[in-house]
Amino acid sequence: MAFRPCGTRQPFPFSRRLSTMLSSFQTTNMTDITLRVNGSERKVSVSPETPLLWVLRDTLELTGTKFGCGAGLCGACTVHVDGDAIRSCSTPVSQVAGKSITTVEGLGAKGLHALQQAWIAEEVPQCGYCQPGQIMSAAALLAKTPSPTDDQITQAMNGNLCRCGTYERIRKAIHRAAGNGGTR
Amino acid sequence: MSPLSRREFVAAGVAAGAGLVIGFYLPHGSSSNQQSFSPNAYLRITPDNKVTIVVARSEMGQGVRTALPMILAEELEADWKQIEIEQAGASTLFGDQSTGGSASIRTCWDPMRKAGAAAREMLITAAALAWSVPRSGCTAESGRIKHAASGRSASYGELAIRAATLPIPADSPLKQNKDYKIVGQRLPRLDSPAKVTGEAVFGIDVRLPGMKHAVLSRCPVIGGKVSAFDDKESKKIPSVSYVGKIGDSAVAVVADSVWSAIEGRRVLNVTWDEGPNKDLNTAAVIASLKQAASRKGANLYSAGDPAKAAGRKISAEYALPFMAHAPMEPGNCTAHYQGAKCELWAPTQVPQDCRDSVATAIGLDPDQVKVNVTLMGGGFGRRLEHDYALEAALVSKAINAPAKVIWTREDDMRFSTYRPASLHQLSAALDGSGFPVALTHRIIAPSISGQKGQPTPGNFDPDLPDEAGPVYGIPNYSIEYVMSETPVPLGWMRSVYALQAAFALESFIDELAVAAGKDSLEYRLHLLAKDQDLQYLGTTWHPARMRGVLQLAAEKAGWNKPLPAGHYRGIACFGCFASYMAEVVEITMENDQPRVHRVVAAVDCGQVVNPSILEQQIQGGIVYALANELRAKITFEKGRVVQGNFDDYAPLRMDETPTVEVYAVPTAEAPTGIGEPSVPPLAPALCNAIYAATKKRIRALPILS
Repeated sequence: MAFRPCGTRQPFPFSRRLSTMLSSFQTTNMTDITLRVNGSERKVSVSPETPLLWVLRDTLELTGTKFGCGAGLCGACTVHVDGDAIRSCSTPVSQVAGKSITTVEGLGAKGLHALQQAWIAEEVPQCGYCQPGQIMSAAALLAKTPSPTDDQITQAMNGNLCRCGTYERIRKAIHRAAGNGGTR
Repeated sequence: MSPLSRREFVAAGVAAGAGLVIGFYLPHGSSSNQQSFSPNAYLRITPDNKVTIVVARSEMGQGVRTALPMILAEELEADWKQIEIEQAGASTLFGDQSTGGSASIRTCWDPMRKAGAAAREMLITAAALAWSVPRSGCTAESGRIKHAASGRSASYGELAIRAATLPIPADSPLKQNKDYKIVGQRLPRLDSPAKVTGEAVFGIDVRLPGMKHAVLSRCPVIGGKVSAFDDKESKKIPSVSYVGKIGDSAVAVVADSVWSAIEGRRVLNVTWDEGPNKDLNTAAVIASLKQAASRKGANLYSAGDPAKAAGRKISAEYALPFMAHAPMEPGNCTAHYQGAKCELWAPTQVPQDCRDSVATAIGLDPDQVKVNVTLMGGGFGRRLEHDYALEAALVSKAINAPAKVIWTREDDMRFSTYRPASLHQLSAALDGSGFPVALTHRIIAPSISGQKGQPTPGNFDPDLPDEAGPVYGIPNYSIEYVMSETPVPLGWMRSVYALQAAFALESFIDELAVAAGKDSLEYRLHLLAKDQDLQYLGTTWHPARMRGVLQLAAEKAGWNKPLPAGHYRGIACFGCFASYMAEVVEITMENDQPRVHRVVAAVDCGQVVNPSILEQQIQGGIVYALANELRAKITFEKGRVVQGNFDDYAPLRMDETPTVEVYAVPTAEAPTGIGEPSVPPLAPALCNAIYAATKKRIRALPILS
């Protein structure tokens, strides 16, 4: 697995065995952490290096955020932290304590978000598995760039994989939600 | 259990207070199976006016939960807004529920229509009896029966109980295509809203009270076994509650969360018995293919005698690597073993195989195993296997609690079943005008079904009839298959052998056109000029229909119009899963690598049920194919799969995705496959475009190897 605790000692000076022992020692260290998820305070007791993804899915039962690669390569696990799109599979939960976390469940708190409506109107989802992550990346884009160009869309969305090949319709849906009627 | 008779089935429905229940029969697969007659899906209309259509195929993104109900609703004259969907689990009431082979629409088309039509006729009769009027004066429309003369009308729900007492008519009239109101419409998919809010429940999202999470440490060497393991460090991880052998070749680590299980596995110490494949590498695998090429194979198609044909001889060899499906949702399954029964929640294309295999593995009868089919985050054939289901059931049995097994991406990449590597030898004899009087295509590849111990009558893989048929009327033409062997686990991956066959054949046809100095489109149209029926292993191919898609794709792509400077085009066509497909690919070359700008795809797949879903399938197939062709390659070192994640097995991203235009030939023919046929022509069309740009012929995939 590519994940290693961020901000902790590098394993390099240690023997492999020692670093393994150190890492397993760290994981036994359960910590109470307060998270702010979709506007509510949630207290969890987990190892601080647990990726946010698994805290959302297993502890808070918010399963809209998906596991795809565990290495920040596919974007299926994308959520917002203080408005930025981040990969929750590669973000230790300790890093986001006290920060504002939004998942797909919290995106359309007052009904469907404009992007969710556009996703339905453009008939984007096939299997649908990557779409919560796609929508979260798109929402972070539109929050900062309300009328993105094609290049800006590509740049913002290129970290989100879709094996069903829905990219063309994703692009159209983002333009539609941006008020451009599905064209650039 | 023997299938209930249709009459008994209706009676059972009434007894259960379910209103009108109709069992019907869906043949699956080849014509040889069509003799078997067993209920496969049903319609339920309840007095509260709910119309529920049960879908007995699995939804993996291909839109089957929308398209199949559309077919039934059309004949039923239902109000589409009234339709509710129910997903069937594995059942003895259904025929073969496997979802694969681009077969769901084509095999369900007739039975779904007949089921809807029979229900419609029964509802009309029920209304006529209720109102004491001739049934000829009654019509069905938008979920109601109307009697124009008296102005009376009743909903299907109001008529359901009475309709349920009526005999099922044997041959209800079916609608004409011109009268369709639902089929052929771009109706929104029923599953879209839940998929954009995060509410959709995929297999990985299933949660049971008291459920544990498990990941498995599997022997990294193909065919290896667990020799011993030490779980001391694993058990120090919080909430790791169990570590134990699962089968011969894996150790499960069970915890309260996925992350704890993953951490527990990271520090688990397993000693492997690596077995006979510990030195296997890619070179050895390819060498065995080449060795097999000298053997005589099974003849799949034979016209005339290519060996005796005279003319200018041209030959070429093509090669393709192993590939992995890599669906976005990694493998997983949830199981709850409870002694005399076991229940599964499986993202599976084969619920019945999961049921039967699990039953065998844990010592139960199949009817003691219940399989619930969840949504799938992609399938592409990977979930035609049942390994994830076996693991979940065995873990649940071992810990005597509900358990979900999750595969990481590395697990998915390294313990998959792979598209077989293959070798293709093509040769032709050209006449004085440069057209082939003879063509031979030898396909050398291991058999997926053969490796799994399934029958291979005639010594050829049973998938080949759907995936390697001839469309060119060449007088001396043979297609031969040599079944090779490999220890690499094989699986059915989107379009299965058609990708390989099309890459080789359609690249070679282009080579012949170049040798003849002729235009690639005109060359193909000449070879398709004669209208005839080409019989191939129980299917019939019509050159005229292939001509139709080639001309449509060429016209829409502007084949005869000049391109901007630096742009090049390639064309290819292929028939598989009973559909005809042509694609024109437009590229530029940047740093010696192709950049695909536009793909124009034309398809003849019979009656289109939902044009929006058709576009999705073709766009998706082309994006999937483009990633395969550019860089998909699974390789082996020391018996291990080298690739592990989306960095070294990289799918297509948005910046590489071309515009894909989709055109369907208007036709009233019965529907044929659409999930896979867009995949095969992409490779040759792209490589033909690369040849146009560079005069270099690519004879081995991936292109960027």
